[in-house]
Amino acid sequence: MKKLNLLIVGVGGQGTLLASRILGTVALKLNFDVKVSEVHGMSQRGGSVVTYVKFGDKIYSPLIEKGEADLIIAFEQLEALRWIDYLSKDGKMIINEQVINPMPVIIGKAKYPENIIETLNKAHQIFSLDALRIASECGTTKAVNIVLLGVMARLTGIDKEIFNQAIHEVVPAKVLEVNIKAFDEGYNYHK
Amino acid sequence: MKKLMLGNEAVARGAYEAGCTVAAAYPGTPSTEITENLAKYDEIYSEWSPNEKVALEVAIGASIGGARSICSMKHVGLNVAADPLFTVSYTGVNGGLVIMVADDPGMHSSQNEQDSRYYARASKVPMLEPSDSQECKDYVKYAFSISEQFDTPVIVRLTTRVSHSQSAVEVSEKENYQLKDYVKDANKYVMMPAMARRRHVEVEKRMSALSVFSNESNLNRIEEGSSDVGVITSGISYQYVKEAMPSVAVLKIGMVHPIPEKLIVEFSEKVKTLFVVEELEPFFEDQILKLGIKVIGKQKLPVMGELSAQIIAEKLLNISFETPEVSNQPVPVRPPVMCAGCPHRGMFYVLKKLKLNVSGDIGCYTLGALAPNESIDTCICMGASIGVAHGMEKARGEEFRKKTVAILGDSTFIHSGITGLIDIVYNKGNSTVLILDNSITGMTGHQQNPTTGFTIKGEPTKQVDLELLCKAVGIERVTVVDPFNVKEFEKVVKAELEANEPSVIISQRPCALLKYVKFEGSQKISQDNCKKCRMCLKIGCPAIVDKGEHLEINPTLCVGCKLCTKVCSFNAIEKVGE
Repeated sequence: MKKLNLLIVGVGGQGTLLASRILGTVALKLNFDVKVSEVHGMSQRGGSVVTYVKFGDKIYSPLIEKGEADLIIAFEQLEALRWIDYLSKDGKMIINEQVINPMPVIIGKAKYPENIIETLNKAHQIFSLDALRIASECGTTKAVNIVLLGVMARLTGIDKEIFNQAIHEVVPAKVLEVNIKAFDEGYNYHK
Repeated sequence: MKKLMLGNEAVARGAYEAGCTVAAAYPGTPSTEITENLAKYDEIYSEWSPNEKVALEVAIGASIGGARSICSMKHVGLNVAADPLFTVSYTGVNGGLVIMVADDPGMHSSQNEQDSRYYARASKVPMLEPSDSQECKDYVKYAFSISEQFDTPVIVRLTTRVSHSQSAVEVSEKENYQLKDYVKDANKYVMMPAMARRRHVEVEKRMSALSVFSNESNLNRIEEGSSDVGVITSGISYQYVKEAMPSVAVLKIGMVHPIPEKLIVEFSEKVKTLFVVEELEPFFEDQILKLGIKVIGKQKLPVMGELSAQIIAEKLLNISFETPEVSNQPVPVRPPVMCAGCPHRGMFYVLKKLKLNVSGDIGCYTLGALAPNESIDTCICMGASIGVAHGMEKARGEEFRKKTVAILGDSTFIHSGITGLIDIVYNKGNSTVLILDNSITGMTGHQQNPTTGFTIKGEPTKQVDLELLCKAVGIERVTVVDPFNVKEFEKVVKAELEANEPSVIISQRPCALLKYVKFEGSQKISQDNCKKCRMCLKIGCPAIVDKGEHLEINPTLCVGCKLCTKVCSFNAIEKVGE
């Protein structure tokens, strides 16, 4: 792997920031130049959120633009659909099958799109899983982010041990065990 | 050793390494993490001040007192701190004084998109602008030395993408900075007309000296490239230019005020076509045009929103980026919402039910302007809700006043709401003000403030008693009520609006995200008892879902605050497992 443009998309509060911190740490361990760009503040309150993670020899712009992402990790189905244009032609997308209705859907002013995963599958390589269930079986629904990182580690072929070290450095000790378990479950996941 | 750091974290590291010992700020996205990180250093006294004006005054005092000091704020905070800024420009400094300002192009979390570079020109204060985390650290250290060398405060400007991007930073040891002597000097620090006139002369001399410095400093550098095209740029735009046009010659400006005029002339003579790439206003462009140099900037590039590598390539190189459409389904927007369990939700339910006019303010509760609450009529700036309500009352009279409330948070009230309240009392207004006391500064991510009883370092301190404070300024009707007690809350609001005197309602309930706030856990809707009246949807909770045929509660989002149980007339909502 020479470079990686990775987007993490989801809903504010789903733990995308922790995932990006782990990924930044992984990149440094691989001796890459790295930039991780995230959004704080208002949009973190249940809005649509995106984090850009870029590894490479030399990274200038912290942003990933349309058609430039090698990999997108979507924490929620609708967010997968929203950001699909950012995926490159040969890019891959990991989708957590969880559905979180946005307010316009909740109040009946918009419809939640149907068959999102099937639609996206027609044009791109999609890996979908119920990460919420897997995380919950590991002991906490909060570990959805780490389950998805496990899937990502396998897809990208980045050394599992490096992820392991990064998780040890970033995740607080008292929830380390459940997160390591969540990572392994994601890594070993097969449909 | 290299560490991955947010731009804001690197700023804090730079201040630490420069031997800075006093830091003051008011939180505001995207600047907040600067001071949160400064507070982690034991060597640095750090504080959340009540507002940016006080914060800058504290930093000025520390500087005159001989210490290196730093003051941080978002762009609109600099409006609040503008008063001391324009005069500290005259007094100059003793210990180095650095003012951090974080602009928010694209308005990710702001009410306007102002370009703070104009403040540097207007106040005659030098300004630096870093383009990544390493430069954040380096420029802050540089700023302290420029401050002392030229006897001036120095502004360091960030933008959201610099503040909130992490990149590698080489950390070094802390400088052993010695507190400078405190010397009484009324001619320098007492700005009465006679002294200020003399100091203004010094300011002009200083700016001339800084113009020379700007041409010679390595803060501004030319990166050689093709002679066909040259680009003048700074900050995050530099990164976009390097990505979009890797082979062109670049003049990277690190000192954005005063600009390096001689260097710009020199650079312009080397290239056939000259572009200037800057986010927001044509700040460089206007000054370059004034030098008589032909340059292409805002005739092609937008003055609104953020730039990006693709925007630059599209607008300046005419490259188009088309992506094939994967799906033609409309994608519903996902605006931010108040969290499940948010105390403001109960209040908005009542305000909407009573169909009131609401003058709003800056905080999480501004989200009450969006569906389904749609309760807020105005939002201007910190603390404005009170003055605006008072102005409406004076314009439209008593009947309108009885249908109008002002709402603002505890921290916003202390920031600049209290002066508005004094105005109401003094000028015989009868408005009703709701202070939403959630025991924390919420939107910016949980900072302490004078009403919480804790300092930035988590130490217990005296707590402003909001009730006593309101009474002390002359409000005789002050009521404290829990917004989740919706019946009582409605009763209180109605009574206070009817009263022919000014009143304050303190809507008191801690933020649902505070660690000590515990709820009983996820609720569910009993399909047997539910009559599908959809009253529960009126509170606008993200956890309650209308499935058409039936309603249900999303168990992963529901925290169990039970506000919905208070609006359900059929006891259809119960704890999961019962």
